[in-house]
Amino acid sequence: MATNIAEPAADGAAAPNAHLLLEDRVWLMRAMLLMRGLEERAMTLYRQGKVPGSFYDGYGQEAVSAGAAFAMAPQDRLCILHRDLAAHLIRGVSPARILGQYMGRASGVTKGREGNVHFGDRELGCVGMVSMLPDMMLVATGMAMAFKLRGERRCAMTWFGDGSTSRGDFHEAMNWAGVQKLPVIFVLENNQYAYSTPIDKQFAVDPVEHAAAYGFVGETVDGNDVEAMFEAARTARERAITGGGPTLIEAVTMRMHGHAAHDDMKYVPKEQVEEWRKRDPIDRQEARLREAGVDVDALRAEVKAEIDAAAEEALAAPMPNPETAGEGVFCEGEAEPLGDGVARWSGFQS
Amino acid sequence: MTTLTYLQAISAALRDELRDDERVLIMGEDIGVFGGAFKVTDGFIDEFGPDRVMDTPLAESGIVGTAIGAAVVGMRPVCEMQFSDFISCGFDQLVNVAGKMHYRQGLAVPITVRLPSGGGFSGGPFHSQNPEAWFMHAPGIKVVAPSTAEDAKGLLHSAIRDPNPVCFMEHKHLYRRVKGEVPDGIFETPFSARVARPGSDLVVIAYGAMVPVALEATEDLDGASVEVLDLRSLVPLDEEAVLDSVERCSKVVILDEANSTCAAGAQVAALIAERGFESLDGPVIRVATPDVPIPFSPPLEQAVLPSVDRVKEACRELLAY
Repeated sequence: MATNIAEPAADGAAAPNAHLLLEDRVWLMRAMLLMRGLEERAMTLYRQGKVPGSFYDGYGQEAVSAGAAFAMAPQDRLCILHRDLAAHLIRGVSPARILGQYMGRASGVTKGREGNVHFGDRELGCVGMVSMLPDMMLVATGMAMAFKLRGERRCAMTWFGDGSTSRGDFHEAMNWAGVQKLPVIFVLENNQYAYSTPIDKQFAVDPVEHAAAYGFVGETVDGNDVEAMFEAARTARERAITGGGPTLIEAVTMRMHGHAAHDDMKYVPKEQVEEWRKRDPIDRQEARLREAGVDVDALRAEVKAEIDAAAEEALAAPMPNPETAGEGVFCEGEAEPLGDGVARWSGFQS
Repeated sequence: MTTLTYLQAISAALRDELRDDERVLIMGEDIGVFGGAFKVTDGFIDEFGPDRVMDTPLAESGIVGTAIGAAVVGMRPVCEMQFSDFISCGFDQLVNVAGKMHYRQGLAVPITVRLPSGGGFSGGPFHSQNPEAWFMHAPGIKVVAPSTAEDAKGLLHSAIRDPNPVCFMEHKHLYRRVKGEVPDGIFETPFSARVARPGSDLVVIAYGAMVPVALEATEDLDGASVEVLDLRSLVPLDEEAVLDSVERCSKVVILDEANSTCAAGAQVAALIAERGFESLDGPVIRVATPDVPIPFSPPLEQAVLPSVDRVKEACRELLAY
């Protein structure tokens, strides 16, 4: 049985979320626009040969990371997936450092040690993913375990895809979090394909049902509705920090581009892509904001200017010094734990 | 000083760290109420409670992965693999997440993974392995392997206080067989080699359970002066200590209980070939377990594990070279 695709709310007609001020709704839009614009710019740089290796993006999935990360407090900790650039932007990573990261520059978040979205800014409370998905589910579970042991009101969040539900670490993390009732939020980004493998070859039951099997709450959300994603994450966070245990949020969305830049997606029916294009998360938030009187064109212009400036800065940054390639394998000083990130939601601004 | 077994020394180090640093927690299968398969943590749960002496689900990837998560938010987890063999189920988390973290993102992962290892008890293919070389080959992970009670305690303190992932290879065959004077309180043993017995005609380089084998085999070897170098740490490997011994003795036998190919001893042999060649007065001889799974039945197991007699024979041949 394939998972059900959540019905989108009628564009522009959804009642505004009571927990979101207009400025929050604009920020959500801004994060999605920045993500899409940066990834489009990075793709151009890739085609120009300025981004080594391969290139992965989250086109069409911007709402999943933007909405979920927006509900996270500074003291919360995040393990972010490669199609979730908006989460990094919300936490406070600058666009110039992100483009520097893609291009392998010394100014990138990992200083050229790592490529594409394999990064996490330690000082902003984020741990970069590894390619073995979903390893970070266990890392997030361990963070939550420490929070619970120390009696702290904070939580951990991690993202992973539909393919990840087939691997052992998904089940080990879900079970562990359920047994210990940990403050962790699992965001399952169901984008219909793991590379070329469709979800009906990936699982026999809707993966959100695993939550009940492991003893906690699971919820399917329209992953192309940024405000719905925020609300699901906000509710899950409340549950987490008040001792209610983990939450699995299945964000139903669609990977609108290939697995990576080389992938022409010939295995995806064109009608499926066209169907999902009508649910574009940015278009939907734009309709809402226009209805609320927001000058979206001005916002778009602002974001474009920010990306232009970031690209200029990133392109001017040097490549890393090859003599440093052997440095940093081991920590030679004190182990510094993760720092706090930035929180944009007005609910944290009091 | 107190006389402790190797096992008691490990227990004492864990107890001292739990008392000294509230960030330390130990986690593993059956380590709490039951006190661990080898009773290393017997009674700990009564003193420190079930949160800090955590009985985990039966999930080795889970143990290592959650330890990493706890470590990066300020804890100092010590994981117990019930048998070192089971680390294969946690390999990915250790090698890909923990080992590469600091290089990739400047984020330290201060975890210790205790790996009860080694054969000699009819444990069979899944309770007898010496997997240290798997982790020597993976950048970012330190690997230590004590052979004495004092080093078991001191190296474990150092491992727990190290800001990096450390594999602590504790040999099951030494648990109750090795006893020694151990300084009281917390002391840190450096990740470097130790001359277990000085000598000048030949050096046997070993670590873990092969150190007592080397000492016994060469205690009275036709009057030859045989040095035994206890590596203690495999990553970092104390290259200078190895080269010093080679220079002093000119003849080298390298001993591994692990399967031979690409074992720690192979790395030591490569080091000597590259940097100690001029000091050699004979071929480097390796004694190791052949590349077979560790068999169950005693005569089969004894046939593959390096014995005192095999070491004696190798040394005699080389001395006569």
